[in-house]
Amino acid sequence: MKAAVIVFPGSNCDRDLAVALQNEGADVSMVWHKDTALPEGVDLVAVPGGFSFGDYLRCGAIAANSPICGELKAHVARGGYALGICNGFQVLTETGLLPGALRRNAGLKYICKPVDLRVEATDTAYTSRYEAGQIVTYPIAHHDGNYFVDDNKLSELEGEGRVAFRYVNNPNGSVADIAGVISRNRRVLGLMPHPERMAEQSHGGTDGKAMFTSLMSQMALA
Amino acid sequence: MKARVHVMLKNGVLDPQGEAVRHALGAMGFDGVEGVRQGKVIELDLADGTDEDTVAQMCEKLLANTVIESYTIELG
Repeated sequence: MKAAVIVFPGSNCDRDLAVALQNEGADVSMVWHKDTALPEGVDLVAVPGGFSFGDYLRCGAIAANSPICGELKAHVARGGYALGICNGFQVLTETGLLPGALRRNAGLKYICKPVDLRVEATDTAYTSRYEAGQIVTYPIAHHDGNYFVDDNKLSELEGEGRVAFRYVNNPNGSVADIAGVISRNRRVLGLMPHPERMAEQSHGGTDGKAMFTSLMSQMALA
Repeated sequence: MKARVHVMLKNGVLDPQGEAVRHALGAMGFDGVEGVRQGKVIELDLADGTDEDTVAQMCEKLLANTVIESYTIELG
């Protein structure tokens, strides 16, 4: 699998994400936000966590309008895979590649702790190695993770099985306990929790590793 | 010329910051504050002749996230 990790000024999980992918054997390139092309033949574009552009204006808003995001949109329009974690999820909603928006946490505090999630959708390239309903622990580290969609969009997401992950104990006020959503073509995933920070024994757990193993097995088939 | 853009969370979208301000005002003894909504004001210095449509496009594309926010534009 060929993967590109986008780096914005203020990204801080880009290397963690690259390592998690490399550990599964992916060929990973780092791509700068001002770049106007993705490496040839990229299967997956990964948008990492952090505080792109200092979270100025709105989290992810300025990043979503950077030159590389035009390429990201074209990649997704061609049926490419894209994964956004934390700030990456905020960027994917700001580009319109995923529905909804991430608001300030209901408790107004930045939350940094491991949380339990339920894997709701296993028919995606990202989650095929999990069991439906499996409870996994990933860390969260965000101030603006309070997912919002209106009632109509929520029914659509639920009806299409597009809620990929749900919080067991909602930490931030997200609508319907949603922690992650998948696109209609099931190739674009965004989630606030960090699988790449729970992917090696030294991280204190390996619940996140299966996301990257799932991706590699999917790409091997493609 | 100047334009002033007001960005507010849409009605129906919970505003946790506004709620916190409302609680704080109540705790300080200001009775009768029934609701607080917090938004932002963005001032733009624009070339003369810039029309409102252009400012509206700026709002749609960057200044507001219309999934959760509404905006109003004041020119002048």
